[in-house]
Amino acid sequence: MAFRQKHLLGIEPLHPTEITTILDVADSYVDLNRQAHKHSDALKGMTQINMFFENSTRTQSSFELAGKRLGADVMNMSMQASSIKKGETLIDTALTLNAMHPDLLVVRHPHSGAVDLLAEKVNCAVLNAGDGRHEHPTQALLDALTIRRAKGRLHRLSIAICGDIAHSRVARSNLILLGKMENRVRLVGPPTLIPAGMTELGCEVYEDMEEGLKDVDVVMMLRLQKERMDGGFIPSEREYFHRYGLDAAKLAHAKPDAIVMHPGPMNRGVEIDGTIADDINRSVIQEQVEMGVAVRMAAMDLLARNLRASKNSADQGIMV
Amino acid sequence: MTVFINARLIDPETLTDTLGWLRIEQGVIAQQGTGTPPAGDQIECHGKCLAPGIVDLGVKVSEPGERHKESFASAGRAAAAGGVTTIVTRPDTLNAIDTPEVLEFVERRAAMDSIVNVKHMSALTKDRAGSEMVEIGFMKDAGAVAFTDCDHVVENTKVLQRCMTYARSLGVLVIGHPQEPTLSKGAAVTSGKFASLRGLPAVSPMAERMGVDRDIALIEMTGVKYHFDQLSTARALPALERAKKNGLDVTAGVSIHHLTLNEYDVGDYRTFFKVKPPLRSEDDRLAMVEAVANGTIDIIASMHTPQDEESKRLPFEEAASGSVALETLLPAAMRLIHSDQLTLPELFRAMALNPADRLGLTCGRLSIGAPADLVLFDPDAPFVMDRFKLKSKSKNTPFDGARMQGKVLGTWVSGQQVFEQAQNATATGLNQ
Repeated sequence: MAFRQKHLLGIEPLHPTEITTILDVADSYVDLNRQAHKHSDALKGMTQINMFFENSTRTQSSFELAGKRLGADVMNMSMQASSIKKGETLIDTALTLNAMHPDLLVVRHPHSGAVDLLAEKVNCAVLNAGDGRHEHPTQALLDALTIRRAKGRLHRLSIAICGDIAHSRVARSNLILLGKMENRVRLVGPPTLIPAGMTELGCEVYEDMEEGLKDVDVVMMLRLQKERMDGGFIPSEREYFHRYGLDAAKLAHAKPDAIVMHPGPMNRGVEIDGTIADDINRSVIQEQVEMGVAVRMAAMDLLARNLRASKNSADQGIMV
Repeated sequence: MTVFINARLIDPETLTDTLGWLRIEQGVIAQQGTGTPPAGDQIECHGKCLAPGIVDLGVKVSEPGERHKESFASAGRAAAAGGVTTIVTRPDTLNAIDTPEVLEFVERRAAMDSIVNVKHMSALTKDRAGSEMVEIGFMKDAGAVAFTDCDHVVENTKVLQRCMTYARSLGVLVIGHPQEPTLSKGAAVTSGKFASLRGLPAVSPMAERMGVDRDIALIEMTGVKYHFDQLSTARALPALERAKKNGLDVTAGVSIHHLTLNEYDVGDYRTFFKVKPPLRSEDDRLAMVEAVANGTIDIIASMHTPQDEESKRLPFEEAASGSVALETLLPAAMRLIHSDQLTLPELFRAMALNPADRLGLTCGRLSIGAPADLVLFDPDAPFVMDRFKLKSKSKNTPFDGARMQGKVLGTWVSGQQVFEQAQNATATGLNQ
């Protein structure tokens, strides 16, 4: 088993075997989470700080639960309400926290690259819980685990990522991960929401949704991030739903056993028809949430092992 | 009377590179030749290059307002160490240089503190806000050599048209930043695969061409003498070539960073590589180098922009733009020489002769009667760049840790030596 990372900042630095390692460990945590006694002591004695510079309920609670189930002391800091408002820089905030000796730092930040910057300045393991439009690695990993469990494999699948690709870090992490695992990735959306240079990354880009969904194994919907819209990307929500909302007619172009995914929270009637979202034969949206906790437990467990190993080596005087 | 002997004379006027001697007298160039040198105080050049000192069009000295980033004293020392003998300052200071009183203040400060020549540019509009023109006539009388709002584009075309028309009547040079401002607003990098992967706000390279197109139409309309501060994309070049062919009084510059770096150098959000306009694709970089070689682009500038650590140690989107470059201009440009994309006389045409000509200065050449502003350098001497050894107060160079070739051995302003490379710093130094 190989997982050599000090931090989990994105999918880009990961080797395919490292991705497989995380998913394998996560599988075991899925089993644990389904038992009455859900505790492990993988993070016993460790301190996890969740620093969210951007609003989040789902991701933050998923990380919090994951940490608690592994026996860590978990602290949540809502950074919007705190020192940022007083003019403290990101680096000063990082140094302040670092002085409290946390072992795991879970960070979400509205600016791309901010988590990388922070990771340079602290001694603990840093997990990126989403930075700007850059990456959201645990989301891609939980999506991968969901696909692997539903489809029995994570390679040679045809996967359509649909919607607001431009503003989505979930899409970026997913297309990198799925590409690394040798799948065909299609991007489907209005051209105003598809960023430049995507075909150079090996993705196929479709502006017509029915064409884009033809014979795919997985349909991955994205939230239309209204709060990120400068305005003017699409004419209206209803036109968007008509052309790019996932309904039964469009889904009929995918393979009969294609699964439907959504990172949540959903805008029913904007990007996805409620009946599709609730169809237990097609939708794996609830599984995604379940896998989220397991994947985050796995990621933190693996990072903690590396952290302990490097601390032990340092104690024995070995240069690391 | 001083004679430089055994020097490779880099002459940008004749585009020649010959071994010979150069005599200076009372601060001006008196004679040059190839045979036996005349008598006088001899400076042995050991076959190294002697070229006209660099005229750097577009240097930010952070006076007034941000003297902790750069002062005339530190900028002067940095310039001398980089072979720059004339710095032409940008007015994008705090406050902007937009009244004769502020201009007189910086002129006084520069005269007191700087060891190299300093010329000043004025803002084109008050506070560089793009709505009302500055007192162009008074500013010209007070010594402004050009008028520019720097990286602020005058968005209102009507305002720009009037500024240009008024400037034309006074015969002054207007310098503009070609960008379509609504497209480039908030952008940190150039759009494309890299920007999309990094998730950074990006601008299409087409925004530059749109800026060039608009400004060229206005130059045609008003007859103004105009210079584009920085071009960086291949798509902007055909319009410039056409405008020149049609006889418009237009020139263009490029920053050294756009000639030597590309968008991928940003890597993992390295903010020292955040410049304005953002670094471009490799194809664009090569097109710019080619355009300098064939003369379509006239001027290479450092676009020296000092920033303190605090303004750079931020997430990429929030970090300040710009890089210090006075001391790295020449060694960075040597990369183009060593890759055979440019010759030394062509380089000094773009770094000394053309900017001097454009501003009506007599320096920037080796001809008789020109001021003895000279740089002696070893084009091959290798070194590893260490940003903490820079003489600038700010250390924000993208070349930190880079392997470079090309060391300035000595710099003279009006015949007075203002910089000498420390003797033990290089095996090929002077006087050994």
